[in-house]
Amino acid sequence: MQAATPEFVTLTLEHAWLVAVAVSIAIAIGLPAGMLTARHAHVRRVALGSASVFQTIPSLALFGFLVPAPFIGGIGKRTALIALVLYALLPIVRNTVVGIASVEPTVRESAVAMGMTDRQILLQVEAPLAARTILAGIRIATVATIGTATIAAAIGGGGLGVLIFRGISMADSGQILAGAIPAAALALMADGVLSWIEGKLSV
Amino acid sequence: MKAIEFRDVHYEIAGRPILRGVSFTVEAGETLVLLGRSGSGKTTALRLVNALAYPTRGEVLVNGRATADSDPIALRRGIGYVIQEGGLFPHWTVAANIGLAPRLNGWTAQKTSARVDELLTTIGMDGGDYASRRPRQLSGGQRQLVGVARALGADPPILLFDEPFGALDPITRLELQNWFLSMRERLKKTALFVTHDVSEALLLGTRIALLDEGELAWEGPAADFRRARLPQAQAFLACLRTPEEPGASSHA
Repeated sequence: MQAATPEFVTLTLEHAWLVAVAVSIAIAIGLPAGMLTARHAHVRRVALGSASVFQTIPSLALFGFLVPAPFIGGIGKRTALIALVLYALLPIVRNTVVGIASVEPTVRESAVAMGMTDRQILLQVEAPLAARTILAGIRIATVATIGTATIAAAIGGGGLGVLIFRGISMADSGQILAGAIPAAALALMADGVLSWIEGKLSV
Repeated sequence: MKAIEFRDVHYEIAGRPILRGVSFTVEAGETLVLLGRSGSGKTTALRLVNALAYPTRGEVLVNGRATADSDPIALRRGIGYVIQEGGLFPHWTVAANIGLAPRLNGWTAQKTSARVDELLTTIGMDGGDYASRRPRQLSGGQRQLVGVARALGADPPILLFDEPFGALDPITRLELQNWFLSMRERLKKTALFVTHDVSEALLLGTRIALLDEGELAWEGPAADFRRARLPQAQAFLACLRTPEEPGASSHA
Protein backbone atom coordinates (compact mmCIF):
# COMPACT_ATOMS: atom_id res chain seq x y z
CA MET A 1 0.00 0.00 0.00
CA GLN A 2 2.85 2.36 0.87
CA ALA A 3 4.42 1.92 -2.56
CA ALA A 4 1.02 2.54 -4.20
CA THR A 5 0.34 5.80 -2.37
CA PRO A 6 2.05 8.21 -4.76
CA GLU A 7 0.70 6.21 -7.71
CA PHE A 8 -2.92 6.39 -6.60
CA VAL A 9 -2.63 10.15 -6.16
CA THR A 10 -1.31 10.58 -9.70
CA LEU A 11 -3.93 8.21 -11.04
CA THR A 12 -6.74 9.99 -9.16
CA LEU A 13 -5.68 13.28 -10.74
CA GLU A 14 -5.48 11.64 -14.14
CA HIS A 15 -8.92 10.14 -13.57
CA ALA A 16 -10.42 13.48 -12.57
CA TRP A 17 -8.82 15.09 -15.63
CA LEU A 18 -10.29 12.44 -17.97
CA VAL A 19 -13.75 12.98 -16.49
CA ALA A 20 -13.48 16.77 -16.54
CA VAL A 21 -12.42 16.85 -20.19
CA ALA A 22 -15.03 14.30 -21.27
CA VAL A 23 -17.89 16.03 -19.45
CA SER A 24 -16.79 19.47 -20.72
CA ILE A 25 -16.82 18.25 -24.30
CA ALA A 26 -20.19 16.56 -23.74
CA ILE A 27 -21.59 19.83 -22.36
CA ALA A 28 -20.16 21.79 -25.29
CA ILE A 29 -21.93 19.44 -27.71
CA GLY A 30 -24.98 18.39 -25.71
CA LEU A 31 -26.17 21.75 -24.43
CA PRO A 32 -26.49 23.48 -27.82
CA ALA A 33 -27.80 20.26 -29.37
CA GLY A 34 -30.48 19.98 -26.69
CA MET A 35 -31.43 23.65 -26.97
CA LEU A 36 -31.68 23.57 -30.73
CA THR A 37 -33.65 20.35 -30.87
CA ALA A 38 -36.02 21.02 -27.95
CA ARG A 39 -38.49 22.92 -30.13
CA HIS A 40 -38.59 20.44 -32.98
CA ALA A 41 -40.28 17.22 -31.95
CA HIS A 42 -38.94 15.34 -34.95
CA VAL A 43 -35.27 16.30 -34.60
CA ARG A 44 -35.58 15.79 -30.86
CA ARG A 45 -36.58 12.16 -31.27
CA VAL A 46 -33.62 11.50 -33.57
CA ALA A 47 -31.17 13.19 -31.19
CA LEU A 48 -32.47 11.42 -28.10
CA GLY A 49 -32.73 8.13 -29.97
CA SER A 50 -29.14 8.15 -31.16
CA ALA A 51 -27.87 9.23 -27.77
CA SER A 52 -29.83 6.36 -26.19
CA VAL A 53 -28.27 3.86 -28.57
CA PHE A 54 -24.80 4.70 -27.26
CA GLN A 55 -26.10 4.30 -23.74
CA THR A 56 -27.27 0.72 -24.42
CA ILE A 57 -23.85 -0.46 -25.61
CA PRO A 58 -21.99 -2.06 -22.69
CA SER A 59 -19.12 0.26 -21.89
CA LEU A 60 -16.40 -2.37 -22.13
CA ALA A 61 -17.73 -3.34 -25.57
CA LEU A 62 -17.81 0.30 -26.74
CA PHE A 63 -14.19 0.75 -25.72
CA GLY A 64 -13.41 -2.48 -27.58
CA PHE A 65 -15.28 -1.34 -30.71
CA LEU A 66 -13.45 1.97 -30.79
CA VAL A 67 -9.93 0.51 -30.68
CA PRO A 68 -9.92 -0.78 -34.29
CA ALA A 69 -11.98 2.18 -35.59
CA PRO A 70 -10.16 4.36 -38.14
CA PHE A 71 -9.23 7.99 -37.23
CA ILE A 72 -10.94 8.04 -33.85
CA GLY A 73 -9.70 4.66 -32.60
CA GLY A 74 -6.47 3.20 -31.32
CA ILE A 75 -5.08 2.54 -27.88
CA GLY A 76 -4.81 5.55 -25.58
CA LYS A 77 -6.48 8.52 -23.97
CA ARG A 78 -8.10 9.96 -27.08
CA THR A 79 -10.14 6.83 -27.73
CA ALA A 80 -11.09 6.66 -24.07
CA LEU A 81 -12.23 10.28 -24.14
CA ILE A 82 -14.38 9.73 -27.21
CA ALA A 83 -16.16 6.82 -25.54
CA LEU A 84 -16.66 8.79 -22.32
CA VAL A 85 -18.09 11.77 -24.23
CA LEU A 86 -20.57 9.51 -26.00
CA TYR A 87 -21.76 8.18 -22.65
CA ALA A 88 -22.00 11.59 -21.03
CA LEU A 89 -24.03 13.03 -23.92
CA LEU A 90 -27.36 11.35 -23.27
CA PRO A 91 -28.15 12.66 -19.80
CA ILE A 92 -27.05 16.16 -20.82
CA VAL A 93 -29.02 16.29 -24.08
CA ARG A 94 -32.04 14.61 -22.49
CA ASN A 95 -32.19 16.91 -19.50
CA THR A 96 -31.68 20.00 -21.66
CA VAL A 97 -34.54 18.94 -23.91
CA VAL A 98 -36.80 17.99 -21.00
CA GLY A 99 -35.94 21.18 -19.11
CA ILE A 100 -36.79 23.42 -22.03
CA ALA A 101 -39.86 21.43 -23.02
CA SER A 102 -41.22 21.71 -19.48
CA VAL A 103 -41.29 25.51 -19.51
CA GLU A 104 -44.96 26.40 -19.06
CA PRO A 105 -46.66 26.96 -22.43
CA THR A 106 -48.30 30.16 -21.15
CA VAL A 107 -44.88 31.56 -20.25
CA ARG A 108 -43.47 30.81 -23.68
CA GLU A 109 -46.66 32.03 -25.36
CA SER A 110 -46.57 35.34 -23.55
CA ALA A 111 -42.87 35.75 -24.38
CA VAL A 112 -43.68 35.36 -28.08
CA ALA A 113 -46.72 37.61 -27.82
CA MET A 114 -44.70 40.37 -26.12
CA GLY A 115 -42.41 40.46 -29.14
CA MET A 116 -39.35 38.58 -27.91
CA THR A 117 -37.21 37.01 -30.61
CA ASP A 118 -36.47 33.25 -30.60
CA ARG A 119 -32.99 33.97 -29.34
CA GLN A 120 -34.24 36.18 -26.51
CA ILE A 121 -36.79 33.55 -25.50
CA LEU A 122 -34.14 30.83 -25.46
CA LEU A 123 -31.53 32.79 -23.52
CA GLN A 124 -33.70 34.89 -21.21
CA VAL A 125 -36.64 32.59 -20.55
CA GLU A 126 -36.15 28.95 -21.50
CA ALA A 127 -32.51 28.44 -20.53
CA PRO A 128 -32.80 30.03 -17.06
CA LEU A 129 -36.00 28.11 -16.32
CA ALA A 130 -34.40 24.86 -17.49
CA ALA A 131 -31.10 25.50 -15.67
CA ARG A 132 -31.79 23.22 -12.72
CA THR A 133 -32.87 20.32 -14.87
CA ILE A 134 -29.86 20.82 -17.16
CA LEU A 135 -27.50 20.90 -14.21
CA ALA A 136 -29.04 17.70 -12.87
CA GLY A 137 -28.20 16.12 -16.23
CA ILE A 138 -24.61 17.33 -15.96
CA ARG A 139 -24.42 15.89 -12.45
CA ILE A 140 -25.74 12.50 -13.55
CA ALA A 141 -23.33 12.50 -16.50
CA THR A 142 -20.37 13.39 -14.28
CA VAL A 143 -21.06 10.73 -11.66
CA ALA A 144 -21.63 8.07 -14.33
CA THR A 145 -18.48 9.10 -16.21
CA ILE A 146 -16.37 8.77 -13.05
CA GLY A 147 -17.49 5.14 -12.87
CA THR A 148 -17.20 4.40 -16.58
CA ALA A 149 -13.75 6.01 -16.75
CA THR A 150 -12.31 3.19 -14.63
CA ILE A 151 -12.88 0.93 -17.63
CA ALA A 152 -10.92 3.32 -19.85
CA ALA A 153 -7.75 1.78 -18.42
CA ALA A 154 -8.53 -1.34 -20.46
CA ILE A 155 -7.61 0.55 -23.64
CA GLY A 156 -4.77 2.57 -22.21
CA GLY A 157 -6.82 5.53 -21.01
CA GLY A 158 -5.11 5.61 -17.63
CA GLY A 159 -6.85 6.71 -14.47
CA LEU A 160 -7.87 4.72 -11.42
CA GLY A 161 -8.89 1.75 -13.58
CA VAL A 162 -5.18 0.97 -13.88
CA LEU A 163 -5.11 -0.06 -10.21
CA ILE A 164 -8.37 -1.98 -10.46
CA PHE A 165 -7.35 -3.98 -13.53
CA ARG A 166 -3.93 -4.69 -12.05
CA GLY A 167 -5.54 -5.76 -8.78
CA ILE A 168 -7.87 -8.12 -10.65
CA SER A 169 -5.05 -9.76 -12.62
CA MET A 170 -2.90 -10.09 -9.49
CA ALA A 171 -5.85 -11.14 -7.31
CA ASP A 172 -4.81 -8.29 -5.00
CA SER A 173 -7.89 -6.79 -3.37
CA GLY A 174 -5.74 -4.05 -1.80
CA GLN A 175 -4.92 -2.75 -5.28
CA ILE A 176 -8.56 -2.99 -6.36
CA LEU A 177 -9.61 -0.96 -3.34
CA ALA A 178 -6.84 1.57 -3.93
CA GLY A 179 -8.55 2.24 -7.28
CA ALA A 180 -12.17 1.81 -6.26
CA ILE A 181 -12.21 3.90 -3.09
CA PRO A 182 -10.81 7.10 -4.64
CA ALA A 183 -13.19 6.63 -7.59
CA ALA A 184 -16.15 6.35 -5.23
CA ALA A 185 -14.89 9.37 -3.26
CA LEU A 186 -14.60 11.39 -6.49
CA ALA A 187 -18.14 10.45 -7.45
CA LEU A 188 -19.52 11.42 -4.05
CA MET A 189 -17.66 14.70 -4.12
CA ALA A 190 -18.86 15.60 -7.62
CA ASP A 191 -22.41 14.69 -6.66
CA GLY A 192 -22.22 16.81 -3.52
CA VAL A 193 -20.78 19.89 -5.18
CA LEU A 194 -23.12 19.78 -8.18
CA SER A 195 -26.18 19.12 -6.00
CA TRP A 196 -25.27 22.14 -3.93
CA ILE A 197 -25.07 24.35 -7.02
CA GLU A 198 -28.38 22.90 -8.21
CA GLY A 199 -29.98 23.92 -4.92
CA LYS A 200 -28.64 27.45 -5.32
CA LEU A 201 -30.35 27.72 -8.70
CA SER A 202 -33.85 27.32 -7.28
CA VAL A 203 -36.19 29.56 -9.19
CA MET B 1 -60.06 55.45 -36.91
CA LYS B 2 -59.99 51.72 -37.36
CA ALA B 3 -57.47 50.15 -34.99
CA ILE B 4 -58.22 46.54 -35.88
CA GLU B 5 -60.10 45.22 -38.87
CA PHE B 6 -61.01 41.64 -39.81
CA ARG B 7 -61.84 41.22 -43.49
CA ASP B 8 -63.56 37.93 -44.32
CA VAL B 9 -61.10 36.02 -42.16
CA HIS B 10 -60.92 32.26 -42.49
CA TYR B 11 -58.62 30.11 -40.41
CA GLU B 12 -58.10 26.38 -40.61
CA ILE B 13 -55.99 23.90 -38.71
CA ALA B 14 -55.28 20.76 -40.71
CA GLY B 15 -58.36 21.36 -42.88
CA ARG B 16 -60.64 21.91 -39.87
CA PRO B 17 -62.25 25.36 -40.03
CA ILE B 18 -61.81 27.42 -36.85
CA LEU B 19 -62.93 30.77 -38.25
CA ARG B 20 -65.30 31.03 -41.21
CA GLY B 21 -65.51 34.39 -42.91
CA VAL B 22 -65.34 36.69 -39.91
CA SER B 23 -65.46 40.44 -40.50
CA PHE B 24 -65.57 43.19 -37.90
CA THR B 25 -63.76 46.37 -36.95
CA VAL B 26 -62.57 47.80 -33.67
CA GLU B 27 -62.44 51.60 -33.63
CA ALA B 28 -59.62 53.28 -31.75
CA GLY B 29 -60.49 53.72 -28.08
CA GLU B 30 -63.30 51.18 -27.91
CA THR B 31 -63.40 47.80 -26.21
CA LEU B 32 -64.74 45.02 -28.38
CA VAL B 33 -65.56 41.90 -26.42
CA LEU B 34 -65.34 38.66 -28.35
CA LEU B 35 -67.92 36.50 -26.64
CA GLY B 36 -68.26 32.83 -27.38
CA ARG B 37 -68.28 29.31 -26.03
CA SER B 38 -65.16 27.17 -25.78
CA GLY B 39 -64.04 26.26 -29.28
CA SER B 40 -65.92 29.12 -30.93
CA GLY B 41 -62.66 30.51 -32.33
CA LYS B 42 -62.44 33.63 -30.15
CA THR B 43 -58.90 32.97 -28.87
CA THR B 44 -57.79 32.18 -32.42
CA ALA B 45 -59.22 35.52 -33.56
CA LEU B 46 -57.21 37.24 -30.86
CA ARG B 47 -54.01 35.44 -31.86
CA LEU B 48 -54.45 36.60 -35.45
CA VAL B 49 -54.16 40.24 -34.33
CA ASN B 50 -50.58 40.01 -33.09
CA ALA B 51 -49.43 37.52 -35.70
CA LEU B 52 -49.26 34.49 -33.42
CA ALA B 53 -51.13 33.00 -36.36
CA TYR B 54 -52.07 34.20 -39.85
CA PRO B 55 -55.43 33.92 -41.62
CA THR B 56 -55.74 31.05 -44.08
CA ARG B 57 -57.90 33.38 -46.18
CA GLY B 58 -58.88 37.04 -45.82
CA GLU B 59 -56.82 39.50 -43.83
CA VAL B 60 -56.42 41.11 -40.45
CA LEU B 61 -55.41 44.76 -40.43
CA VAL B 62 -53.82 46.49 -37.48
CA ASN B 63 -53.71 50.28 -37.82
CA GLY B 64 -54.58 49.83 -41.48
CA ARG B 65 -51.81 47.38 -42.25
CA ALA B 66 -52.24 43.65 -42.92
CA THR B 67 -50.51 41.48 -40.32
CA ALA B 68 -49.16 39.32 -43.14
CA ASP B 69 -47.24 42.35 -44.47
CA SER B 70 -45.89 43.41 -41.07
CA ASP B 71 -42.79 42.39 -39.20
CA PRO B 72 -44.28 40.16 -36.47
CA ILE B 73 -41.74 41.18 -33.80
CA ALA B 74 -42.31 44.92 -34.33
CA LEU B 75 -46.08 44.37 -34.52
CA ARG B 76 -46.16 42.45 -31.22
CA ARG B 77 -44.01 45.02 -29.44
CA GLY B 78 -46.68 47.60 -30.22
CA ILE B 79 -49.54 45.52 -28.78
CA GLY B 80 -50.12 44.62 -25.13
CA TYR B 81 -51.15 41.03 -24.43
CA VAL B 82 -52.72 39.62 -21.29
CA ILE B 83 -53.57 35.97 -20.73
CA GLN B 84 -55.03 33.91 -17.93
CA GLU B 85 -52.64 33.60 -14.98
CA GLY B 86 -50.67 36.46 -16.53
CA GLY B 87 -48.05 34.27 -18.22
CA LEU B 88 -45.48 36.09 -16.10
CA PHE B 89 -41.87 34.94 -16.13
CA PRO B 90 -41.53 33.05 -12.83
CA HIS B 91 -37.77 33.68 -12.57
CA TRP B 92 -38.09 37.45 -12.90
CA THR B 93 -39.18 39.99 -10.30
CA VAL B 94 -42.41 41.92 -10.70
CA ALA B 95 -40.39 44.98 -11.74
CA ALA B 96 -38.45 43.03 -14.38
CA ASN B 97 -41.67 41.53 -15.74
CA ILE B 98 -43.34 44.93 -16.04
CA GLY B 99 -40.19 46.39 -17.63
CA LEU B 100 -40.07 43.72 -20.35
CA ALA B 101 -41.79 45.64 -23.17
CA PRO B 102 -39.94 48.92 -22.49
CA ARG B 103 -36.62 47.06 -22.64
CA LEU B 104 -37.62 45.18 -25.79
CA ASN B 105 -38.48 48.52 -27.31
CA GLY B 106 -35.02 49.85 -26.49
CA TRP B 107 -35.92 52.26 -23.68
CA THR B 108 -33.09 53.40 -21.44
CA ALA B 109 -32.75 51.80 -18.00
CA GLN B 110 -33.74 55.08 -16.38
CA LYS B 111 -36.86 55.58 -18.47
CA THR B 112 -37.81 51.91 -18.01
CA SER B 113 -37.48 52.11 -14.26
CA ALA B 114 -39.57 55.30 -14.12
CA ARG B 115 -42.22 53.59 -16.24
CA VAL B 116 -42.22 50.53 -13.96
CA ASP B 117 -42.78 52.77 -10.92
CA GLU B 118 -45.60 54.54 -12.71
CA LEU B 119 -47.29 51.24 -13.61
CA LEU B 120 -46.88 49.85 -10.09
CA THR B 121 -48.79 52.93 -8.94
CA THR B 122 -51.43 52.38 -11.63
CA ILE B 123 -52.13 48.87 -10.33
CA GLY B 124 -51.93 49.97 -6.69
CA MET B 125 -48.83 47.92 -5.90
CA ASP B 126 -46.40 50.80 -5.38
CA GLY B 127 -46.14 50.32 -1.61
CA GLY B 128 -44.34 47.48 0.14
CA ASP B 129 -41.81 45.22 -1.54
CA TYR B 130 -43.97 44.22 -4.52
CA ALA B 131 -41.42 45.37 -7.10
CA SER B 132 -38.80 42.89 -5.90
CA ARG B 133 -41.17 39.94 -5.43
CA ARG B 134 -41.40 36.94 -7.71
CA PRO B 135 -44.78 36.15 -9.31
CA ARG B 136 -45.29 33.10 -7.08
CA GLN B 137 -45.15 35.39 -4.04
CA LEU B 138 -48.31 37.18 -5.24
CA SER B 139 -51.99 36.28 -5.07
CA GLY B 140 -53.80 35.28 -8.26
CA GLY B 141 -55.42 38.71 -8.53
CA GLN B 142 -52.11 40.48 -8.02
CA ARG B 143 -50.45 38.31 -10.67
CA GLN B 144 -53.21 39.25 -13.07
CA LEU B 145 -52.73 42.95 -12.31
CA VAL B 146 -49.00 42.60 -12.93
CA GLY B 147 -49.88 40.84 -16.19
CA VAL B 148 -51.94 43.87 -17.22
CA ALA B 149 -49.18 46.23 -16.11
CA ARG B 150 -46.70 44.26 -18.20
CA ALA B 151 -48.99 44.56 -21.21
CA LEU B 152 -49.20 48.33 -20.63
CA GLY B 153 -45.40 48.50 -20.29
CA ALA B 154 -44.41 50.30 -23.46
CA ASP B 155 -47.71 52.23 -23.56
CA PRO B 156 -49.13 50.37 -26.58
CA PRO B 157 -52.30 51.84 -28.14
CA ILE B 158 -53.84 48.36 -28.52
CA LEU B 159 -54.38 45.74 -25.81
CA LEU B 160 -55.42 42.11 -26.23
CA PHE B 161 -57.01 40.22 -23.35
CA ASP B 162 -57.48 36.45 -23.46
CA GLU B 163 -59.88 35.60 -20.60
CA PRO B 164 -57.61 37.44 -18.19
CA PHE B 165 -59.93 37.23 -15.18
CA GLY B 166 -61.28 33.74 -15.80
CA ALA B 167 -59.27 31.98 -13.10
CA LEU B 168 -60.05 34.45 -10.32
CA ASP B 169 -62.59 34.20 -7.51
CA PRO B 170 -65.73 36.27 -8.24
CA ILE B 171 -64.92 39.07 -5.80
CA THR B 172 -61.37 39.56 -7.09
CA ARG B 173 -62.74 39.31 -10.62
CA LEU B 174 -65.20 42.13 -9.98
CA GLU B 175 -62.45 44.27 -8.44
CA LEU B 176 -60.27 43.78 -11.48
CA GLN B 177 -63.16 44.39 -13.87
CA ASN B 178 -63.88 47.70 -12.14
CA TRP B 179 -60.20 48.54 -12.23
CA PHE B 180 -60.18 47.72 -15.96
CA LEU B 181 -63.05 50.17 -16.55
CA SER B 182 -61.34 53.00 -14.68
CA MET B 183 -58.03 52.26 -16.38
CA ARG B 184 -59.68 52.38 -19.79
CA GLU B 185 -61.35 55.65 -18.91
CA ARG B 186 -58.00 57.21 -18.10
CA LEU B 187 -55.73 55.64 -20.70
CA LYS B 188 -58.03 55.60 -23.76
CA LYS B 189 -56.76 52.27 -25.07
CA THR B 190 -58.20 50.16 -27.82
CA ALA B 191 -58.97 46.71 -26.43
CA LEU B 192 -59.98 43.37 -27.83
CA PHE B 193 -61.23 41.27 -24.96
CA VAL B 194 -61.99 37.54 -25.16
CA THR B 195 -64.38 35.98 -22.66
CA HIS B 196 -67.06 33.33 -22.35
CA ASP B 197 -68.66 35.20 -19.45
CA VAL B 198 -71.66 37.18 -20.70
CA SER B 199 -71.87 39.42 -17.63
CA GLU B 200 -68.21 40.32 -18.10
CA ALA B 201 -68.93 41.08 -21.76
CA LEU B 202 -71.84 43.36 -20.86
CA LEU B 203 -69.84 45.09 -18.14
CA LEU B 204 -66.62 45.72 -20.05
CA GLY B 205 -67.55 45.90 -23.71
CA THR B 206 -68.42 49.04 -25.58
CA ARG B 207 -69.29 46.60 -28.36
CA ILE B 208 -69.84 42.86 -28.38
CA ALA B 209 -69.08 40.38 -31.14
CA LEU B 210 -70.62 36.95 -30.60
CA LEU B 211 -68.70 34.09 -32.19
CA ASP B 212 -70.48 30.81 -32.77
CA GLU B 213 -68.62 27.86 -34.29
CA GLY B 214 -66.22 30.13 -36.12
CA GLU B 215 -68.86 32.50 -37.46
CA LEU B 216 -69.81 35.96 -36.35
CA ALA B 217 -73.36 35.45 -35.07
CA TRP B 218 -74.02 38.95 -33.76
CA GLU B 219 -72.19 42.23 -33.48
CA GLY B 220 -73.22 45.56 -32.06
CA PRO B 221 -73.16 47.94 -29.10
CA ALA B 222 -73.02 46.14 -25.77
CA ALA B 223 -76.22 47.84 -24.65
CA ASP B 224 -78.14 46.25 -27.55
CA PHE B 225 -76.96 42.73 -26.82
CA ARG B 226 -79.62 42.19 -24.14
CA ARG B 227 -82.29 42.66 -26.77
CA ALA B 228 -80.66 40.36 -29.31
CA ARG B 229 -83.22 37.79 -30.44
CA LEU B 230 -81.10 35.10 -32.05
CA PRO B 231 -80.87 31.79 -30.15
CA GLN B 232 -77.09 31.88 -29.63
CA ALA B 233 -77.38 35.27 -27.90
CA GLN B 234 -80.42 34.11 -25.92
CA ALA B 235 -78.42 31.10 -24.69
CA PHE B 236 -75.81 33.47 -23.26
CA LEU B 237 -78.36 35.87 -21.81
CA ALA B 238 -80.01 32.96 -20.01
CA CYS B 239 -76.77 32.65 -18.03
CA LEU B 240 -77.49 35.99 -16.33
CA ARG B 241 -79.20 34.82 -13.18
CA THR B 242 -79.49 38.14 -11.37
CA PRO B 243 -82.47 40.28 -12.46
CA GLU B 244 -80.82 43.70 -12.09
CA GLU B 245 -78.48 45.00 -14.73
CA PRO B 246 -74.82 45.13 -13.73
CA GLY B 247 -73.75 48.71 -13.23
CA ALA B 248 -77.36 49.90 -13.62
CA SER B 249 -76.92 52.67 -11.05
CA SER B 250 -74.34 54.44 -13.22
CA HIS B 251 -76.79 54.82 -16.12
CA ALA B 252 -79.70 56.89 -14.76
